[in-house]
Amino acid sequence: MAKGIRDKVAILGMGCSKFGERWDAGSDDLMVEAYVEAMQDAGIEPSQLDAAWFSTHIDELGTGKGGTPLSIALRLPNIAVTRVENFCASGSEAFRGAVYAVAAGAADIAIAVGVEKLKDTGYGGLPVGNPGTLAPQVIPNGSAPGNFAQLASAYRAKHGVSREDLKRAIAHVSVKSHANGAKNRKAHLQKAVTVEQVLNAPMIAEPLGLFDCCGVSDGAAAAIVTTPEIARALGKRDLVTVKALQLSVSNGYESQYNGWDGSHFHTARIAAGKAYREAGIERPREQISMMEVHDCFSITELVTMEDLFISPEGQGWRDVLDGFYDADGGLPCQIDGGLKCFGHPIGASGLRMLYEMYLQLQGRAGERQLKDPVFGMTHNLGGAPASNVCSVAIIGQEGA
Amino acid sequence: MVGIAAWGAYAPRLRLSRKAVTEANAWVAPNLRAKAKGERSMANWDEDALTMAVEAARDALGPDDDRSAVDALYFASTTAPFVDRQNAGIVAAALTLEKSIASADVTGSQRCGLSALGQALAAVKGGAARRALVATGEHRRARAASTQELDNGDGAAAFVIDAEGGVAEFLGQGSVTDDFVDHFRGADSDFDYAWEERWIRDEGIVKLVPPAIRRALEVSGLNASDVSHFCFPSTFSGMAAGLAKTVGIAPEAVRDNLALTLGEAGSAHGPLMLAHALEQARPGEVILIAQFGQGAEALVFRVGDGVGNNRPARGVAGSLADRKDETNYLKFLTFNGLVEWDKGMRAEKDNKTALTTLYRNQDMILGLVGGRCRETGVVQFPRTRISVAPNNPGVDTQEPYRFAERKASVLSYSADYLTFSMSPPNHYGMIVFEGGGRIMMDITDVEPGEVDSGLPVKMVFRIKDVDEKRGFVRYFWKAAPDRAAMAKNTALAAE
Repeated sequence: MAKGIRDKVAILGMGCSKFGERWDAGSDDLMVEAYVEAMQDAGIEPSQLDAAWFSTHIDELGTGKGGTPLSIALRLPNIAVTRVENFCASGSEAFRGAVYAVAAGAADIAIAVGVEKLKDTGYGGLPVGNPGTLAPQVIPNGSAPGNFAQLASAYRAKHGVSREDLKRAIAHVSVKSHANGAKNRKAHLQKAVTVEQVLNAPMIAEPLGLFDCCGVSDGAAAAIVTTPEIARALGKRDLVTVKALQLSVSNGYESQYNGWDGSHFHTARIAAGKAYREAGIERPREQISMMEVHDCFSITELVTMEDLFISPEGQGWRDVLDGFYDADGGLPCQIDGGLKCFGHPIGASGLRMLYEMYLQLQGRAGERQLKDPVFGMTHNLGGAPASNVCSVAIIGQEGA
Repeated sequence: MVGIAAWGAYAPRLRLSRKAVTEANAWVAPNLRAKAKGERSMANWDEDALTMAVEAARDALGPDDDRSAVDALYFASTTAPFVDRQNAGIVAAALTLEKSIASADVTGSQRCGLSALGQALAAVKGGAARRALVATGEHRRARAASTQELDNGDGAAAFVIDAEGGVAEFLGQGSVTDDFVDHFRGADSDFDYAWEERWIRDEGIVKLVPPAIRRALEVSGLNASDVSHFCFPSTFSGMAAGLAKTVGIAPEAVRDNLALTLGEAGSAHGPLMLAHALEQARPGEVILIAQFGQGAEALVFRVGDGVGNNRPARGVAGSLADRKDETNYLKFLTFNGLVEWDKGMRAEKDNKTALTTLYRNQDMILGLVGGRCRETGVVQFPRTRISVAPNNPGVDTQEPYRFAERKASVLSYSADYLTFSMSPPNHYGMIVFEGGGRIMMDITDVEPGEVDSGLPVKMVFRIKDVDEKRGFVRYFWKAAPDRAAMAKNTALAAE
């Protein structure tokens, strides 16, 4: 395996807009909001930026294609802007591009910005996509919740879990995230909910009810990265460095070959294994201090706990019900509210996850602050269980 | 001896209660209460004349998916989805028939199903075809609160014709062509326009059908008294019995026209009654099937010794048994496009079909043909240049592999209330096939709570989407519960 990215790149500054139904803001406004915060945090001038990576998924809703939307919104000094798109993991891709450019020495300081403006469709849920010319002739008339909901039936079948037990476990996932989101002023949804509310909510896609689905939000997030040496030269102390960046992409094994059982993410297991090796982590359940995972739906988060090798296979639902992933549990998860409550502006989400990990590692997370975190992990998924891209990143205290 | 080698039938599962219809319409049409008896078959929203004909044809052809022996195809319907795009071509693609077959759409009158059958028999008799397939289907629309709405049914029947005719030997045909306009449906009309029933009966059926029957019997060298099964579809009560009396056919030979159980499936109804007769007839018996429509068509068959050995898996008997009560008249109206309902913004997506893409992937989309790696035997859908086999991704090693007749089951599923569906919630899931391969696909003919991992399913050819803007219909395959396999599993579990 390659030597990897561990401790080669430091985060110089980060920013994140308020997520939510931002009727007041277009994608350019959201990008500026995240950018201004990140630049102030980094303490640099625009002229010090060498290159930019820009992530957005649904460009046809108004953000537009290419690198120009970012360059124009931020008035960047005619530097390179690379637009990336990798479904809901696009934000992690922007970060990966910026980090690799710095690690390669091609840029001293690079910025990654992700944005999504979803609430201009006129209806709830994600926009109906345009899947090209062949797919609509064969794929089901489905939706994101319907695709992810399928994990539940396969998980039940594989592990012999009853409908009721699994429904209660995924309800706990959402109750926990709502409790966390209630402490986050930037979160889309800031109200706590009860298990009963979750269980009795209208059905969206069996067995997922309304509260099993994440917020569909507008928002942007940004990260500025550089080398640890330049960061120190700029006066930064107690650096947060990148420990691992992995991405695993489906090749049709899950959707076309009779090997995958439908109950887990094949790619997540590959990406997680590689990320732990890259970061030098051998006992993730003990060593990872906190994590932000891609909880687009409650069932996704539940099976991800196993795919990241935190919970033993088939036992994730028990850990969830035991409160292991609660804010006061053994491994706090979605401490900022997650996609569930912070919200899910697609192109920004990967960077938003890193934003919370970064704040926590710097001790700046306010009333959500966890005690002495060392490693923060993010898991950012795009696509659907049967065909997806899965990004796993680990950041932490320099030298840890 | 040219004749029928195999037959098949299909009726949609839903059976609309006539009482539900007449009660809903009693305020405007109280006289229809007299027609409140029984039920009629009701196509699901994703079924039409063509999809039903495909299912009947599959029933006739049997589970063997090598259809290379079929060299001619006749598709008959007055409600085919396309006026100018050969419907038989879609049927042929769905059945993965050879490209070299002769094919034709037969249409234009209620007797076109029998006309197609006659043409297929003539083609085989004349040597132009060796194994001809006749597929008929009908899905007629009728105005709300009309008698047709109650009388009609949806259904299909199919026959395989060859030179041996082991199921039933073809003896003769009689035809009458006369532009007697009992009803019509113009090229731009959705509904029939019918004249007075008494005139149709007395001046039409009574005068035009007997000559066709007499001619058919004469050609066959038989007397009317030789007929043991007389099939004549008509919504007029006692019509078949009256005709039988006129021509001298014994009253006990007159067959049930399925009015109370299925309703009348237009041009497919004569064929359906013939299929039903074959299922109940004994070797040596004579079947006379006639149907009216701007003249008449009459065909005579003698049941052969092969009738017992060539029974279809479903047939009419199976179709009658596989039923589900439907008492929701509004659902019927909605499925038939008779209600302007709020589909929501998610239904606004453009369903324009790229015809280039459709043709390039024709066997995949219409035939459900995937691939099998010659080197590893790994089966996959769709067929691709590089095999999906994880340890041996061979390049260009795949040969076509048909999925439509394979046994399958549900690996994972959801019932989706968010996405647009004509019959929410939309069920779909990962379907895994015995012998390998899997497809994420829509699941149809199910109710909430019916699906779970492990459910046995079969493949059915259905409407995928309708492009209302351009008048195009997209077809693809869906999974439907394999109720025969389910019953078998239940029986095994009980033991």
